[in-house]
Amino acid sequence: MASKFSTWGNDLYTGKKSYDIVGKRKSYFTVAIICVVLSLAVLGIKKVNLGIEFHGGSQFTVTNAHSTDQQLAIDTVTAVLPDEQPRVSNVGTNALRIQTNALDEEQVIAVRDALMKTYEVTEDDVASANVGPSWGKDVSGKALQGLVVFIILVMIVMALYFRAWRMAAAAIIALFHDLILTIGVYALIGWEVTPATVIGLLTILGYSIYDTVVVFDKVKENTHEITEQHLFTYAERANLAVNQTLVRSINTSVVALLPVGSILFIGTFILGAGTLRDIALSLFVGMAVGAYSSIFLATPLEVALRMGEPVIAQHTQEVLEQRAARKAGGADQESDAKDPSVVSVGAIGEQPSATGMIVKGGHQGNRAQPKRKKK
Amino acid sequence: MATTNTKPKARGARPIIGLFAIILVLFGSLAAGNKWSDASWTPNLALDLEGGTQIILQAVTANNEPVTSEDINQAIEIIRQRVDSSGVAETEITSQGGKNIVVAIPGKPSQETLNLVRESAQMQFRPVLFFGNPQPVPAEQTTDQPETTPGPDGEITGDNADEANTDEAPATEESPATEDSAEAPATEETPAPEEPAAPEEPAAKPTNNSDLAWITPEIMDEFKALDCTAPENLKGGGGVADPAKPLVTCEADGSTKYILGPMDFAGSEIKRASSGLEQTQSGATLNSWAVNLEFTKDGTRAFREVTTRLSELPNYETWISTPNPTLAPNMFAMALDNLVIAAPQVSIIISDGKAEITGSYTNESANMLANQLNFGALPLTFEVQSEETISATLGSEQLQKGLLAGLIGLGLVVVYSLVQYRVLGLVTVASLMVAALLTYGAITVLSWLQGYRLSLPGVAGVILAVGITADSFIVYFERIRDELRDGRNLEGAVAVGWDRAKRTIIASDTVNFIAAVVLYFLAVGGVRGFAFTLGLTTLIDLVIVFFFTHPVMTLLAKTKFFAEGHKLSGFDPKGLGIAPTRYVGRGRVAAAGQPASNAPNGKRLTIAERKAAQEAEEAAKAEELASVGLDNENPIDAKDGDR
Repeated sequence: MASKFSTWGNDLYTGKKSYDIVGKRKSYFTVAIICVVLSLAVLGIKKVNLGIEFHGGSQFTVTNAHSTDQQLAIDTVTAVLPDEQPRVSNVGTNALRIQTNALDEEQVIAVRDALMKTYEVTEDDVASANVGPSWGKDVSGKALQGLVVFIILVMIVMALYFRAWRMAAAAIIALFHDLILTIGVYALIGWEVTPATVIGLLTILGYSIYDTVVVFDKVKENTHEITEQHLFTYAERANLAVNQTLVRSINTSVVALLPVGSILFIGTFILGAGTLRDIALSLFVGMAVGAYSSIFLATPLEVALRMGEPVIAQHTQEVLEQRAARKAGGADQESDAKDPSVVSVGAIGEQPSATGMIVKGGHQGNRAQPKRKKK
Repeated sequence: MATTNTKPKARGARPIIGLFAIILVLFGSLAAGNKWSDASWTPNLALDLEGGTQIILQAVTANNEPVTSEDINQAIEIIRQRVDSSGVAETEITSQGGKNIVVAIPGKPSQETLNLVRESAQMQFRPVLFFGNPQPVPAEQTTDQPETTPGPDGEITGDNADEANTDEAPATEESPATEDSAEAPATEETPAPEEPAAPEEPAAKPTNNSDLAWITPEIMDEFKALDCTAPENLKGGGGVADPAKPLVTCEADGSTKYILGPMDFAGSEIKRASSGLEQTQSGATLNSWAVNLEFTKDGTRAFREVTTRLSELPNYETWISTPNPTLAPNMFAMALDNLVIAAPQVSIIISDGKAEITGSYTNESANMLANQLNFGALPLTFEVQSEETISATLGSEQLQKGLLAGLIGLGLVVVYSLVQYRVLGLVTVASLMVAALLTYGAITVLSWLQGYRLSLPGVAGVILAVGITADSFIVYFERIRDELRDGRNLEGAVAVGWDRAKRTIIASDTVNFIAAVVLYFLAVGGVRGFAFTLGLTTLIDLVIVFFFTHPVMTLLAKTKFFAEGHKLSGFDPKGLGIAPTRYVGRGRVAAAGQPASNAPNGKRLTIAERKAAQEAEEAAKAEELASVGLDNENPIDAKDGDR
């Protein structure tokens, strides 16, 4: 299987097999927009289920409980405080977490004592927490602040590294796509949003960009001095880059997702509600979406942005024109075009010929030799 | 290609040796720390794993003024003082995000301790009515001659000479500036009562804040019973003392105890305080340190009134040599968190709101006092944002399961890379193991030296690092494969591939590191632990790739097994769609992907035949290029495009 995979990788690398990802960018954009709209719709309908860190409240954790029956906990709490509608979830193998609205100290003690009795545990096994409503606001405020600072820094770093702000812009747009989708999936699943979730979301920032950087690095390499040759358009070279890094992207994503997936698995099925599970879900979704978007969204987007650049647009047009000419004229015209004509810049009619230019990096054999003039 | 050139081999091995030296130093220092210091072989755990109580307080100012980091540090200092003297070990108090204070108390703290943490602190300016030795006074033996007490903390002088006597120019500590008040000598003639005069006439209404009539018998009893040598009396707290009542308290360092009059004004009247070298009236700088105070408008007025009143009172020497003083000394106390931080004398009236506290201050102590005064300028109240007790059993279960998840993840990554990269996968495994070793060492050393604590999000960060670290190897390996496909031999592919992969790895790790740093400095709560481990492991990833993986690859590229592309080496040419470069005799080397002889039947071709074959190949290539529209010759690698 592996050798087949690497043969496939080889074909992708040499261009023997190639997926036209950049060429079909419109459809990928459509997919991305639909996904984002769907995510926003889910958010609008379902609302994210905010944890008590965001609206304040009290939380009890009963460990070493002899039974993990959730109804028992609900009954216990309502027996003490009839107005409460506690939310109960299982944590770990033998623990329960009970969340209520904000309680005062007396109520906390009353509930704690009741829980102790119900679950036959000592005082040490019942932990309580009071969370003020501003805590979550603080966390999300900070997260937002972090997001802005991060984006500015990353824009600078990427623009410097790639010497192209469009790459940075494409990466950031892809990043937002990843974030929105992840939140959408989170809302769809309906797990509580806790500070741990926010941590996961913030990590996606780094990861999404990280993944995009790997792909863009190849794009940059393949399109290096693109205007020096007239065989391929920018889009084609970029598409080749995506194809060439496809194996790499798949491998890196799988390897990154494996550990996160194992946290998610253990977190969901053994630990239950808690930090690890919350981090893992947002990370898992974010990373998967991030890997997808770096291939199918970021690069096509970058190409689309690049097309707006006059130099690239003109180059593309030239390449296409010459290619059409080659096809139409066949070999004859090709040899005609070998005339090293001096090109007057700006005259659109007199495009520099494809082969008259020195094809950067390609060995031309005897084509590089001076030619006897025909005529 | 496996030449036995010793030089590059040594170059390849050196970084690995260096890396292992680092690891040895790391664990060596840990071992040393274990033996001679308080290091341990395992990192300290944060509360969410160890169990305990965590309180997150938000500092709030009364008028929404911005809180500076000094204020927060001062507030932390105050809370630390309170908690430490209440005997709770290992309490960790840190600031977070510039506005929050996180108090993490392991175990189950008492309600009293929790209350101490939550209380706000305020600074009050109160006149000193009476002071004495820190020890409690036995009920009978009231020989209250406060002569053995240490001197007052300093002296307040005005900045401007307008009202000050010019004779105190050198500003020595016990400057006899305004000793001319008539009352001072008078007290010496009344030796009879052993206690201050006040108790004789309890009904009398105190006329001002410095009036000894404030000292009721109860207050006096309290004063006598107070033991300022006991640490529990030096923790401060107890809420904000009633400003309208006298206060019995200790000097923060336990050297003196005081009865203070009602508050003259609050610390919020301080505009700013700073420390600096003392200056004489003529502007010459002395070699002693002083604290400069500036008051607000209201504070200036209040301070003028206070200094007017106090400057009339007997100075320190006169007061302590008076057996039964009927007047308070000319000192006023700055009480922060109900502990006296300084009680300087006032001998002149200061009307411009600018004062200088002089005395035997060092740079450090002057600075500390200035900081404390500045905190007083911005009284903080603490709003509890969250208070959480975490049971130890739950934490340890989460840790166990989390580590289990990490191990499973690691195992999966190992399996995947072995499948994908065969023996080369072992390089990944080895690198991951070295990375794990380094991470563990770094975290443990940091936890020992810097008080770092591993939290659950931190564990998640470490597990995530497995993926990120393995990522770098994949980027690198794929690069090598790419170069092999371009027809290089392995050694060349490793060298060139590294050149490119290096840049990609640095760029992507930079992005990750930025994310970690931003998270660390801007985030609150558990985010920090996560960001820290993320940043740390990103750095370690770089170290490993540069000092382990790449050197190992360079060395391996020289081995027969890899260079010849053994089936299991991960560089199997068949898998990569190429044949290795090899010597085919008669001074000819077959390039990658080309048969040994150019003819299918194995015979040597004539020149004409070769030429024809080459032309045919070229034509086919041109056609392919035109139809696919893609180049298989990388512009950069074209130098050896020998097809």
